[in-house]
Order: sequence, then C-alpha cells, then structure tokens
Amino acid sequence: MAYKKRLDGREIEELRPMEAKAGVIKNAKGSASFKIGKTWAIAAVYGPREIFPRFLADPTKGILRCHYTMMPFSGSGERIRPGKSRRAQEISMVMENALEPVVDLSAFPNSVVDVFVELPQTDAGTRCAAISAASIALADAGIPMKDMVSSVAMGQVDGTVIADLNYGEESYPAIVSDIPVAMLHNSKEISLLQMDGEITKDDLIKAMELAKVATEKVYELQKKALKEKFTNE
Amino acid sequence: MSKIIVEERSIVIPGEILAEGMDFLPGDNTFRENNQIYSKVLGLANISGRVIKITPLSGPYVPKAGDKIIGKVTDIAFSGWRVDTATAYSAMLNVKDATSRFIRKEEDLSKILAIGDYIVVMITNVTSQNLIDLTMKEPGLHKISGGRIININSQKVPRVIGKKGSMISLIKQNTGCDITVGQNGLIWLKGSPDGEFLAEKAIKLIENKSHQEGLTEKIEQFLEKNKVNN
Repeated sequence: MAYKKRLDGREIEELRPMEAKAGVIKNAKGSASFKIGKTWAIAAVYGPREIFPRFLADPTKGILRCHYTMMPFSGSGERIRPGKSRRAQEISMVMENALEPVVDLSAFPNSVVDVFVELPQTDAGTRCAAISAASIALADAGIPMKDMVSSVAMGQVDGTVIADLNYGEESYPAIVSDIPVAMLHNSKEISLLQMDGEITKDDLIKAMELAKVATEKVYELQKKALKEKFTNE
Repeated sequence: MSKIIVEERSIVIPGEILAEGMDFLPGDNTFRENNQIYSKVLGLANISGRVIKITPLSGPYVPKAGDKIIGKVTDIAFSGWRVDTATAYSAMLNVKDATSRFIRKEEDLSKILAIGDYIVVMITNVTSQNLIDLTMKEPGLHKISGGRIININSQKVPRVIGKKGSMISLIKQNTGCDITVGQNGLIWLKGSPDGEFLAEKAIKLIENKSHQEGLTEKIEQFLEKNKVNN
C-alpha cells in the first residue's frame, strides 16, 4: 500500500547521482553545469552591466535578474514552446528571490547581473537544479556573496517522506507532495519553499529536517566544483 | 579560543569560514558574523599577521580614482566624449581634460576623438553612484592607433604586470611588442603580427594560471619555446 520502495530503487533520503562543473561557458563571466539524475541545468552569469530597460535601475544597489528556460525537447512529453512562458517567468522570479539574500551588489548601483539558466534535459526538480547551478555560476563570476545557496526538492509519496523526487514519483497515482527547498549553507535559512499537493504537518516537519541533510550534500558538490576548476590543471 | 581554519593560499568559496574568534581581523572581501570570519568571494586566502583577506580569482572591475584604464569612445556630447570602460558604467571625458589645445565653440570634436577610438585614460574621480570622470592630460595617456586590444579579467591585471612590472617587461622583451595594460582588463598590444600573437597567447596563459605559483618561470619557458624570429 504505502510507498515503500522507490521507483528507481533509491533509499528514501538518497539523492539522484549528481555532477557539477564550474566555468563551462568561456564567454560568460561565470558559468556552471549541474546535473542531478536526468535533470541538467546550465547557468551563465553576465555582468554587472548596464541595465535595460532603464526604469528597472535601482540607484542604491545592483539588481539580480534570472532567466529560466527549458529547451524545446528537454522533457519526456510534448515539445515545449521555447521562450518565456507563465511558468518560466514564475520560476525566474522564485530563483531571484532564492538567490537575493546571498548576493551583495551594493558596490554596483544602477547595474544588473544577469543569470541565464538553460535546461537541456529535465526530469523534475528543475528549479532546484537551476538555483544550485546559478549559485555556482555567481561564485565563479566573482560576485560578492555572503553564502552559497543549495537547493533540492523534498516530497511525500503515499505517506512516505522522500528526497529529490523524479518525474515518475511526482506523477505517482496517490497523494503526492513536491516541496522544492533552497537553503543557505551557514545559517540554514530557507530562501525558497514551495509546495504542490498535500502533506500532513508532521510529514512537513520531517521533510524540512531531511532538507537540511540533502542540501548539505548539494553544497559539498558545489564547493568541490568550484575548487576543482583551479586544481585540475 | 581563536584559530585560523583555512591554509594560506588555499582556494576558498563564498561563505566559507576562514577563522574563529575575535583575535583575527576581517580584511578585503571577508566579513565577520557572530564569532566567525567568512569569505565573500571565490579566491585565495591571504593571511598577514592578524588580518585575513581574500585575493579574488575573478570578478568585476570596480573603478577607482587614479587608475589608468583603456576605454572606447561611444558618443560625443556638447563638451566632451562618453567612454565605454568595459564595466557597467560609462565615463565622461571633458574637452578640457582631453587636450591642451584651444577648442573653438563650433569645432567638430570628432576631429580630436571619433566614435570607436580607443584611448588610454586615467580616472580622476568616481562618485558613490559610480559616475566616472576621466583625464587624458597626464603623461602616458593618449589616443590608441594601430595594434590590437585584448580583454582579460580585471582581477588578473596585477599578475600580468608582475612585481614592479617584471612580468610585462618579460613579455615586452621577448615579443618586441609595446604593451599598455589598463586596470579595467583591456590590454593594448602593438608590434609585429607574430609578436602580437605571441604576446596575446602569453597573457591568456597568465590569465588561466594566475593562481599557481612560479608563474614567471612558466611564462619564461613558454616565451622561450615560441620565440619570435626577428
């Protein structure tokens, strides 16, 4: 009855195999590739640069602007229309909100730092992969940051709290909830928390405790990716 | 009890704890929160006495008064030029700071500097909003003609110049190029085509390996191997 064994045979708090690399795009100021299972995000950072349209400029500090895009054949279903959609715009906004607390752009008034995230392949957890990739890319670009942001999805499938859902689990025919969480490494502050579906209070608390451990694993990989860029020569 | 957690010259990432306790002081690119000192950028840890600072490995150029930079003229205004500084901010070069010659009111400013010209200029003033004033009247500042402009990360400029200009003079000697390095990361090379090509390669090599020790020897070897036959 209850969801005991996961679809891909993982342990309940086990994440999908991850891979991260910093500095994958030469023309960008900073970039990163982040893979978690079949989900793959590539982030590129440009700037600080002049902001257009001009009315968005903030004279007290620089602005962080995220652009999230899923590639047309990235999913396993229908072709996705390229470019902005309602969903992409929302995810771009939550990414900005998730990264905002760590970046310090007070030295760059009236400017913008653009973060572009492309997803060549997706299998749930894209916004989490996008945030984790963007965090590496921002650090790689040398943007002042007080911390790193690591993100992973938590969830509950048929009464079992699990970490890092894949698409099969997200669409499991039972009561399912999908909770993307982004966490700052040092303070363990939560900078992104969304939820789809239903969950009990106790399960939610359990999921949040699990999130601390899961994001820590992502953080270790982010740290490794950034350091490897300079030692692998 | 105070203690340093990172090693000297090790690579640190933003938010990494550098030291614990109040006996150490946070230097450049670090900050203190509660009892710990954290890094603010990706860079190399640098411990000198009680001060811990981070030498960034990448990052944007922050304009500073007194810096010599290379800029590109993007527009002509009433009494001066707008200059692209390869940052988020454009700069103004006033006529009186550009030339000591008398300029009549109706004179065509594009005769002095046209749109698209590159110039070596010095920053005289930067406001809190990063509005930049320039001058071209100091010695060594001029309009650029010929050669080529290359772009590197501005944080690598000190390594390209080297201690007391040792690195840059090494490249100059071996390639026969005239090289002007702007603090904003733009570099002007002028020499024979082969020399310019070799100098560009050497500079890109420095940019990629700037965090390693014994850089001067590596560049020496590189230049020796690819020597230009004059």
